[in-house]
Amino acid sequence: MVEVTLWGSLGAATGGRQKLEVEAKDIRELFRKLAEQYPGLGPFIERGIAVSIDGVIYRDTWSKELPKGAEIFLLPRLAGG
Amino acid sequence: MGFDPSYSVRKFKSVGTRPIRLDGVDKVTGRARYGADFNMPGQLVGRILRSPHAHARIRRIDTSKAEALKGVKTVITAADLPDLTNGNTGMYEILDNCMARKKALYDGHAVAAVAAVDARTAREALELIEVDHEVLPHVTDVDEAMKASAPLLHETMFTDGVDPKPTKPSNIAKRSQYGHGDVEAGFKDADAVVERSFKTEQTHQGYIEPHACVASVNPDGTCELWVCTQGHFVYRQQCAELLGLDVSKLRVTSSEIGGGFGGKTHIWAEPVALALSRKAGRPVKLVMSREEVFRASGPTSATSIDVKIGAKKDGTITAASATLRYSCGPYSGMWAELGAMTSFACYNLKNVKTVGYEVLVNRPKTAAYRAPSAPMAAFAVESVIDELAQKIGMNSLELRIKNAAKEGCKSSYGPVYGPIGIGPALEAAQKHPHMKAPLGRNQGRGMACGFWFNFGGQTCTDLNVGADGTVTLTVGTVDVGGSRAALALVAAEELGIPYAQVQTVVADTGSLGYNDMTDGSRGTFSSSMATISASRNAIAVMRERAARMWDIPLDDVVWEDGQARAKGEKHGNLAPLSVKDIAAAAAKTGGPIAGHSELVADGAGVSFATHICDVEVDPETGATKVLRYTVLQDAGKAVHPTYVEGQYQGGAAQGIGWALNEEYVYGEDGRLQNPGFLDYRVPVCSDLPMIDTQILEIPNPNHPYGVRGVGETSIVPPLAAIANAVSNAVGVRMTHIPMSPPRILAALEAERPR
Amino acid sequence: MSGIAISTTINGDDVEFLCQPEETLLDVLRDHLGLTGSKEGCSTGDCGACSVIVDGRLVCSCLVLGAEAGGRRIETVEGMATGDKLHPLQEKFLEHGALQCGFCTPGFLMAAKSLLARNPDPTEEEIRFGLAGNLCRCTGYDKIVRAVRDAASVMRGA
Repeated sequence: MVEVTLWGSLGAATGGRQKLEVEAKDIRELFRKLAEQYPGLGPFIERGIAVSIDGVIYRDTWSKELPKGAEIFLLPRLAGG
Repeated sequence: MGFDPSYSVRKFKSVGTRPIRLDGVDKVTGRARYGADFNMPGQLVGRILRSPHAHARIRRIDTSKAEALKGVKTVITAADLPDLTNGNTGMYEILDNCMARKKALYDGHAVAAVAAVDARTAREALELIEVDHEVLPHVTDVDEAMKASAPLLHETMFTDGVDPKPTKPSNIAKRSQYGHGDVEAGFKDADAVVERSFKTEQTHQGYIEPHACVASVNPDGTCELWVCTQGHFVYRQQCAELLGLDVSKLRVTSSEIGGGFGGKTHIWAEPVALALSRKAGRPVKLVMSREEVFRASGPTSATSIDVKIGAKKDGTITAASATLRYSCGPYSGMWAELGAMTSFACYNLKNVKTVGYEVLVNRPKTAAYRAPSAPMAAFAVESVIDELAQKIGMNSLELRIKNAAKEGCKSSYGPVYGPIGIGPALEAAQKHPHMKAPLGRNQGRGMACGFWFNFGGQTCTDLNVGADGTVTLTVGTVDVGGSRAALALVAAEELGIPYAQVQTVVADTGSLGYNDMTDGSRGTFSSSMATISASRNAIAVMRERAARMWDIPLDDVVWEDGQARAKGEKHGNLAPLSVKDIAAAAAKTGGPIAGHSELVADGAGVSFATHICDVEVDPETGATKVLRYTVLQDAGKAVHPTYVEGQYQGGAAQGIGWALNEEYVYGEDGRLQNPGFLDYRVPVCSDLPMIDTQILEIPNPNHPYGVRGVGETSIVPPLAAIANAVSNAVGVRMTHIPMSPPRILAALEAERPR
Repeated sequence: MSGIAISTTINGDDVEFLCQPEETLLDVLRDHLGLTGSKEGCSTGDCGACSVIVDGRLVCSCLVLGAEAGGRRIETVEGMATGDKLHPLQEKFLEHGALQCGFCTPGFLMAAKSLLARNPDPTEEEIRFGLAGNLCRCTGYDKIVRAVRDAASVMRGA
């Protein structure tokens, strides 16, 4: 079980809840469970979400494990120049 | 895979030195080939017809007269680019931007294209294409576009991120919000509050090389594309999708690139060139003119930003908020959101709130420009920090140090920070001799902090050991500024061989697996990680070969200083084997020797910088001269320090141009008035002083050598540093970028006592 | 067949070509003669990427017509090195890291060569103004100025 914080505009898809508890061992499972519980999150996941685990941002690693007690934050998938 | 990317302390032999870059001689002799330096036999000249209207419905296009012109081989419109995007809005918008499907949405939007036997015929053909436009009202200003009365770009645009969803369409594509704590309570707690509004005008990356490509579609469906790009794998993926081609049948070769800075991470003319070639049955060379680059590639956002910061008398910031309005052109993007994320990232704040609005305007599609969206937000925030410091009577550098973000504190965009360099950069600035340089009349000093994310991404690398023991390192990240040298240093370091024994090559899309583009300051960071991994794999192979050559157990073979050594007394008489020795025997010990790496270099850190700037402003002309400029930035570990310094100086120079002169000027008619380097004034050699740099090295815990990305952060502080310097020089707070002479004079005039 | 026949000298070699009246010297160099070292950055004479030297004078080749090249002595970046020996300016640009993407480099080398031919011992300010006709977007000019200063010193035999 991990606690996940969603950034502002994602709150609209979860009925205003910014903090969620999700049973997931890695990023792929996290996205799958979130999309199941909150269908409104589906389009955001498709467009791209980055996951911050204890301050380190992961953009592409679905297999990255979510350590117990880690601070998990969902951010838009960032673009650079 | 077994590759551990975490940092470990070590003494370097090659990394950190300054050898001549491998691709250098080609570049100083004119031999290096860029996008427009390549030709295919039988190629045609492609040219694009562009809308002269800022906003217009396209009723009808008649290409018959153009098609009848002798020497014209084909003419295309959106009809020749069928919509294969299958509901993917992002790809549809790229398609529409490459060639308008229903409406021209900005001055310069492509509406048709021709391929002809020579340039003169192509030019004449464009003039024969008849386009029936229904001109519509337009809006080009970000604040005007948000008004209820503004002309709408899309009738079905309902603002995302607002709950409940609006019932009326608008030009506001998205609202995003970040922050934590309670800013209302925080402001009540403050002893001093400063609130200001700022504007920044649209600028362009300004790369000297215009977009150029040669496209060839063959009758059997195989295609070749030679193009200047920051990401040939991305271009391949997107072009294949838009044209309905098999990805594996489209081979994209990245030419040398004459600057990108984010502007060459998007496709503009390439699908058009491929479509022309497909219809004409011949290769097509398509080069954008400078005017087309300004009108129809991807400049950055124009912005309008409100910032409010409150602090106690002792300098502790109690609350900070910002509302950011960013223009994105005719299609939605994430620019305002990035601004909202980065605004207060340098600071450790208890109460912070940022709101971003993404606004559609009739201007070209906004693209990434080096740390996109961060420079404008930093300008607004760092200006208010300076004013707040003055209001409470505190030195502005000390105010920054007091509130600087540090390891363990919650960032303004959410996650908690790991080890970061903002504190050290500020302390280094405090000690830097620049701070003690004397200032004269009409002169002022300013400083600012900047923050940017760094990315990792998909990276593939091949390391092949030749029969003579020299090494070829093949990478898929485009080299925009000298990274081939840095990667050769990394390979030399891992293998323990001289730099001169390594050659780095950027391969085409047929030769390697997918590589993400060179953006997000990821080039050296991720490719060096893959190079280290590939090197270690090659070393494992060479140890095995040595064991075979000596006929001893593998465990008794170590790799040291570029050689395999037999360890242990019982092997005492075995002379070490060099890479050359092992390679010479390769055919007999198992075949060619190579190391490969396919990885996702993820978990890249973040990067901070502090800039100090001295200016002199002429109160009669409003002209600003930059007297002194210093960049202090954390690189984690500088692989090739000369090119790290180069990134710091280049970013600073772009920021200086942006702060003082560069802007897109639109007329009442919605047309771009200054699409050329004469009136879009970038800095020239005589505008700038020497740019001093100090490289800090706080190792990134997620890279074996501690490397952090460096390419982008140095463009984030200059707008603010110069605005603070100018404001201090003239005694008036500057709030509109660029601070060109007319704006400075107007600001001085406004403050003059009547 | 239409076209104007031109005879000229480029980097010491006799060259002949046919060009259209509207073609620039830059077009001719790049498209007819395969000398792609000179670059097109703007085609309006504002960026200097196309700089060449004609009869000892630095010009933007995008502002010279191909037809005007007849009987002249033209120097381009391809002629700077002698065999396998680089010109001191080329060497110093590499040593100092005075190029990142390298696109503006040929133009700068021509401009610097022309500057040092007129003024073999320039001050920093004279270098900066002497090169003000060439745009660089990557380097901020710092390392370019250092490279030119260093090359000037080598060329003076100092």
